[in-house]
Amino acid sequence: MKFTVGDVEIFATTGGRPFQPELPGIVFLHGAGMDRTVWALQTRYFAHHGFSVVAVDLPGHGLSGGEPRESIEAWADWIPELIEALGIKEVSLVGHSMGSLIALEGAARFPDRIKRLALLGTALRMPVHPDLLQAAQENLPLASELIASWGHGRVGHLGGTAVPGMSLIGGGVSLLSTGTPGVLGQDLAVCNAYGGGKEAAAKVSCPTLCLLGAEDRMTPAREGKKLADALAGSELSVLSGAGHMMMLEAPDATLDALRQWFS
Amino acid sequence: MTPQFHGFHTRSLHSGQQPDPTTGARAVPIYQTTSYVFPDSDHAAALFNLERGGHIYSRISNPTVAVLEERIAALEGGTGAVATASGQSALFLTLLTLMSSGAHIVASASLYGGSVNLLRHTLPRFGIETTFVPPRDPEAFRKALRPETRLVFSEVIGNPGLEVLDVPAVAQVAHEAGVPLLIDGTFNTPYLCRPLELGADLVMHSVTKWMGGHGVAIGGVVVEGGRFDWGRDGKFPTLTEPYAGYHGISFFEEFGPQAFLMRARSEGMRDFGPALSPQNAFYLLQGLETLPLRMERHRSNTEALLEFLSTSEEVAWVNHPSLPTHPDHERASRLLPKGAGSIVAFGLRGGRAAGAAFIDAVQLCSHLANVGDAKTLVIHPASTTHAQLDAEALQQAGIGEDLIRLSVGLEDPEDLVADLKQAFRRARKAVEAA
Repeated sequence: MKFTVGDVEIFATTGGRPFQPELPGIVFLHGAGMDRTVWALQTRYFAHHGFSVVAVDLPGHGLSGGEPRESIEAWADWIPELIEALGIKEVSLVGHSMGSLIALEGAARFPDRIKRLALLGTALRMPVHPDLLQAAQENLPLASELIASWGHGRVGHLGGTAVPGMSLIGGGVSLLSTGTPGVLGQDLAVCNAYGGGKEAAAKVSCPTLCLLGAEDRMTPAREGKKLADALAGSELSVLSGAGHMMMLEAPDATLDALRQWFS
Repeated sequence: MTPQFHGFHTRSLHSGQQPDPTTGARAVPIYQTTSYVFPDSDHAAALFNLERGGHIYSRISNPTVAVLEERIAALEGGTGAVATASGQSALFLTLLTLMSSGAHIVASASLYGGSVNLLRHTLPRFGIETTFVPPRDPEAFRKALRPETRLVFSEVIGNPGLEVLDVPAVAQVAHEAGVPLLIDGTFNTPYLCRPLELGADLVMHSVTKWMGGHGVAIGGVVVEGGRFDWGRDGKFPTLTEPYAGYHGISFFEEFGPQAFLMRARSEGMRDFGPALSPQNAFYLLQGLETLPLRMERHRSNTEALLEFLSTSEEVAWVNHPSLPTHPDHERASRLLPKGAGSIVAFGLRGGRAAGAAFIDAVQLCSHLANVGDAKTLVIHPASTTHAQLDAEALQQAGIGEDLIRLSVGLEDPEDLVADLKQAFRRARKAVEAA
């Protein structure tokens, strides 16, 4: 669906069912340089099981207009605008990678608007390898290839995906390389610069799940555990066999963890 | 810092498969089953509603077939693939997924005869028209475009004229018109050329040929590149508009770079039903494991036979893109640096009569209607594979009455040369006797 946040047209999928403000709402936030389509299976499930789901293309990404923000804090400040535009009072947030930092910072800043958090492929800090950062900022194909290479575990690289016939490496490279030039570079710079994770975690009051991939090389599970430790009362789950792109590499295990969390 | 992806040989052997988690089987198991037990009703509903990945019924997907699909997608560098019962059904599935009555295709005139028949004679009955153009001229593709054009279609190496398509240039023509480029990559295989890397948007194959390589199983596949913007200007409503046949789903909105494949499987495999059998998928996987090794041997044997044919007194002409005399030699060197395939076209002094006598005289080479077998094959296209084409279409496709098509196999090159020599000798005697 298309809707307006501020004066910017935003595109989102709603999992195959119309968005209904009266149902419990879940907003899915994608990672750097990606878009709504990484959540295709999980959003369809929740939309058909009693939730109103919005998987947004963040401004400047996918089919949305607008410009990408220049800091995680600025991204977080966009969250209440989004919630307002959806016509609801509060939502739960599911964020992946950069999206998890936005969700974390958003929950810290706007505790009365965020009901529950699920942070996937997350960490207290997300330092980006300088070669990747440079390649992304120069809009080189190498950037997409490095993320696809590091972002997938054994299943992603060798295969045996849950969705018949799909190739995760090819899909990842295509998704990342078709974004607006400059956006991936800016997103990665934003992740690299973010240092407020510890302070934000201390302010988060809503229940939080940290869902990590055992084979994640971009946000290694040990770094995600540090964030979980900083979040009082959070739950931690580590998916074996999954890398950073767990919702594509292990869609069923990811869905089951989210189902349990939101049930 | 460089990305760490598995190489082509490794992908040929491993992509799409993990050792069987239940039995530990290293080889790909043949899942000879029509259907799959659902753990519970919620799981079943989720599978049917594209909320979970998995298998429902083998007309739509099958675990053995899925390994083949993922492996070929990995070899081509695509976002995924759908395998079908034949190359022809892969083409049909692709076309019917993309377009409806009223659509128009711009296609190379030098296509496999079966593709030409589908486009020229069958699809017009369903309101889909095709304009055929000479493949060597990208501007000819541009001039044939119409507002209702929905696809540009060609082979990299034409059949049997062996014209080499300027893939980047034709892709640009297609993209400027807002339509995708579909490549039939059967003759090149992803070992020699990966069209998606050159700008194509979809690649289809008759997997029966070099990819299988053994000549024991028929199969096809279509791979999506994931970079074409299906939503750009409303030309592909099958992908961008709500689909009543699947609860109003919009494949492009929900699946983005895999929108075409999801529609092809969800609608095409379900409604048209061109399923590849798991047994055939297994055979084709056995072939794929050695694809790079075989393609190297095809190349070296082709070079050996070209050297022989080029110096043989009985041969009037020889055509292959690796020859400096071929009009597309430079383009082939650029786009097909590992070799321009193992199809050789030639004509004998003595014309059609000599050609027919030659084909009757070969002993090691096999006279049959196939290409890409491990064994060397010969055929006379004007009387067989392209027999349904009239004289004008034959001329447009560059098929002379004397043309003999040789699909060079993996035998010892000395044995192949010996067979050709004896067949040339007998053909000459037969013509002289007549």
